[in-house]
Amino acid sequence: MSVTAPRTTVRVGKVGERLLRDDAVPKVRGSFDYSSDLSAPGMLWGDTLRSPHPHARIVSIDLSRALSLPGVHAVLIHADVPGRKTYGLEFPDQPVLAIDRVRYVGEPVAVVAADHPEQARKALAAIAVEYEPLEPVVDMERALEQKPLHPDRPTMGHGYLDDPRPNVVRHLVIRHGDPDTDGEVVVHGEYEVGIQDQAFLGPESGLAVPDGEGGVDVHVATQWLHVDRDQVAPCLDLRPEQVRIHLAGVGGAFGGREDLSMQIHGALLALHTGRPVKMSYDREESFTGHVHRHPARVWCEHRATREGRITCVRMRILLDGGAYASSSTAVASNAASFALGPYRVDNALIEATALYTNNPPCGAMRGFGAVQTCFAAEAQVDRLAAELGIDPVELRLLNALEPGDSLPTGQVVTGSLPTREVIRRAAALAIPAEEGLPRDPLRLPGGAGNTTRGEGVRRGVGFALGFKNICYSEGFDDFCAARVVLRADGGAVVHSAAAEVGQGVIGVILQVARTELGTDDVTLAPSATSSVGSAGSASASRMTWMAAGAVRDACRAALEERERQGGGEVDVERVYRHPRTTPLDPETGQITGERAHVALAVAAMRVVVEVDVDLGLTRVVWVGTAQDVGRAVNPLAVEGQIEGGTAQGLGLALMEELVTRDGAILNASFTDYLIPTALDMPPVDIELIEEPEPDAPYGAKGVGEPPTVVSTAAILSALRDATGRPLARVPVRPDDICL
Amino acid sequence: MKITLTVNSERREADVWGGESLLTVLRDTLELPGSKNACEQGECGSCSVLLDDELVCSCLVLGAQADGHEVVTVEGLADGDALSPVQQAFVDAGAVQCGFCTPGLVVAVTDLLARIPDPDDHEIREALSGNLCRCTGYAKIFDAVHLAAERR
Repeated sequence: MSVTAPRTTVRVGKVGERLLRDDAVPKVRGSFDYSSDLSAPGMLWGDTLRSPHPHARIVSIDLSRALSLPGVHAVLIHADVPGRKTYGLEFPDQPVLAIDRVRYVGEPVAVVAADHPEQARKALAAIAVEYEPLEPVVDMERALEQKPLHPDRPTMGHGYLDDPRPNVVRHLVIRHGDPDTDGEVVVHGEYEVGIQDQAFLGPESGLAVPDGEGGVDVHVATQWLHVDRDQVAPCLDLRPEQVRIHLAGVGGAFGGREDLSMQIHGALLALHTGRPVKMSYDREESFTGHVHRHPARVWCEHRATREGRITCVRMRILLDGGAYASSSTAVASNAASFALGPYRVDNALIEATALYTNNPPCGAMRGFGAVQTCFAAEAQVDRLAAELGIDPVELRLLNALEPGDSLPTGQVVTGSLPTREVIRRAAALAIPAEEGLPRDPLRLPGGAGNTTRGEGVRRGVGFALGFKNICYSEGFDDFCAARVVLRADGGAVVHSAAAEVGQGVIGVILQVARTELGTDDVTLAPSATSSVGSAGSASASRMTWMAAGAVRDACRAALEERERQGGGEVDVERVYRHPRTTPLDPETGQITGERAHVALAVAAMRVVVEVDVDLGLTRVVWVGTAQDVGRAVNPLAVEGQIEGGTAQGLGLALMEELVTRDGAILNASFTDYLIPTALDMPPVDIELIEEPEPDAPYGAKGVGEPPTVVSTAAILSALRDATGRPLARVPVRPDDICL
Repeated sequence: MKITLTVNSERREADVWGGESLLTVLRDTLELPGSKNACEQGECGSCSVLLDDELVCSCLVLGAQADGHEVVTVEGLADGDALSPVQQAFVDAGAVQCGFCTPGLVVAVTDLLARIPDPDDHEIREALSGNLCRCTGYAKIFDAVHLAAERR
């Protein structure tokens, strides 16, 4: 394990340079304002009463005792929501506050505002809710036969295949070539993925401030300011401009801040009391208060020739979306679209079904559907390699998807996709030599637990590919605005609503502006819905691409405008759009235009593990990866994304799972939901493969998701190599790897 | 109850409720929100402070227990505008992403280097294993520790 000294960095940079973060200084000083750090004079504290039942009818709610308690200023239920009673990222199927029934443990039922947080907690305890428990839907296979949780079918009529079975959020079938094509060799597999949590450190929190004229300012940690506004305003019965969303400091996101948390609740309480209201979840509430990665079951059949050409793949994918739709329709699309991995396969049948259940709601998390199917598909490719007696890396090279080939949706790969290059480069990375015994226990599985001297330790080496789209898909009209003000003195101010969630998009924006304007005197204004148009979401590995396009276009337009008017101050806003996509045919899952996905990215990863097969303990020794990044706008930040994304995939492989019983999360704390620590992470050797994406500004692809997609699969590959076990479920448990 | 304590070399008084943690007192009463509230169960290290020169999770110390004691928070590490060597190393190594874990890590690394001026990789990993980071995968945090040690 070596830790290298940092390479030379530059303070002010243009596109392609290693750039230090402008926000790092306040962050190391402790003076950066996160959403949970905000306060205002006269501020009240808000809190949320949540359902203890996975599924129940609400018989009655009695607020009288709560309202009589000292310090309590408001106790609100669904009847107090002045506008639309439901909201949702894509379909408004989720009540702001439960109306007549609750559909998951943790569903908000009432909100209170009080002088002190302890008074607010006491008020919650004094609310009397009578529930009549109903049979919960908690198994995704049984869900298709149980009573519908949403009889009105909110996701029907939106251009998807209409599936009459109960509790189907979306059923997507991709038929490609002839799915009955045979192979000389066939391998089957069944795989399962547990519920992973984003586990960002900054709790859901924010401050809502009434403006005294009926409107409200909400300062919150989010991934998409404008879509928050567009969900909040109708529920408050306000016009969009009366709801101003301001980006407060974001303590990580990873998809978990796409859906609303306290936004509407805080605004409701603020408007009701006429005072600023702060809400800040504790860790347990955070675990129940946001969507998770969809747990999945995947059935696979891979057919190939004796020479190793994959002739046909059949896959069935179930995704448990939990109680509300969130982004399940798009997660299902991604799971199916990238189910085969970056391989050329001429014949396939892929069925993905996202379901409503009474389990915790699931939505966006880094990798977004591709993680689950990558884990399954890469296990299948390894299994095929073993069956054929072909080296797994050679088998991947033989079947690699490259430009000119077709995806199972019929989309021809037109952009950059250096699949063979990432395979070769990752496979060529030197793996560390096996360490002898005895050695420091910290360098053995079990680590500081001092559980072994190495007797039962076996080493394994694995390999996997990860594959995912960049940007939104299926005809979504995606755009990003940026506004550039050129001052008369030559300096510039950029306005963008792109959410800085830790990934470093503020650096990208400044790099692009400095590159285009030819000056270092560029500053970035705070992000707010009131000062610039929508930037879209900081998700889908799209923000670098989209913000770079918008800022580039706005800078160029500003320079032209200044030229036209012969100097002076210039203020222009421009909207950037990526190449258009079109929906998938609902019957066949085939493209209806040129493409359903904007662009693609691929990563290869090689992993060395050690497993104590007596105790079922693991140590990831080393990770080496080659990632297709198009062009690295800021290599320092790209490395940070790859290292961090790898850690999250390692977590899913080895330790991270929300355990539920009858829909209730049993481990909603960092005591019981483990994420990788400094002792768990191996060194990560990184090769950046730069083949510019022709459609992307500066050729840059997003980089955040591929490492998370590939790393779970690659670590499992290494664990199978060490143990000989099939390991068809993640996270792997000690029992699975004891021999 | 009223307590008196020294925070970042300054004598401070606070009127605290008996159930409040030192973290809550620092953040909500003394207006020092630099120490972070990621778990408030002693599992993540984001609230790390020095209490009489000892590294503690301020969420696990009652505010009342700090009466008469000395606390150093992340806000007390810089010398005016000049960052401490550890803070500067975190900036220079690219060890900060969302930054929510950063205050706790900066305090923990300050403590580590005070005890072990030139720690090896194992000592770094073990010392920081109580500070969760969800963004970085820790690699650049280790770089920052080495950089800070080199510059001392």
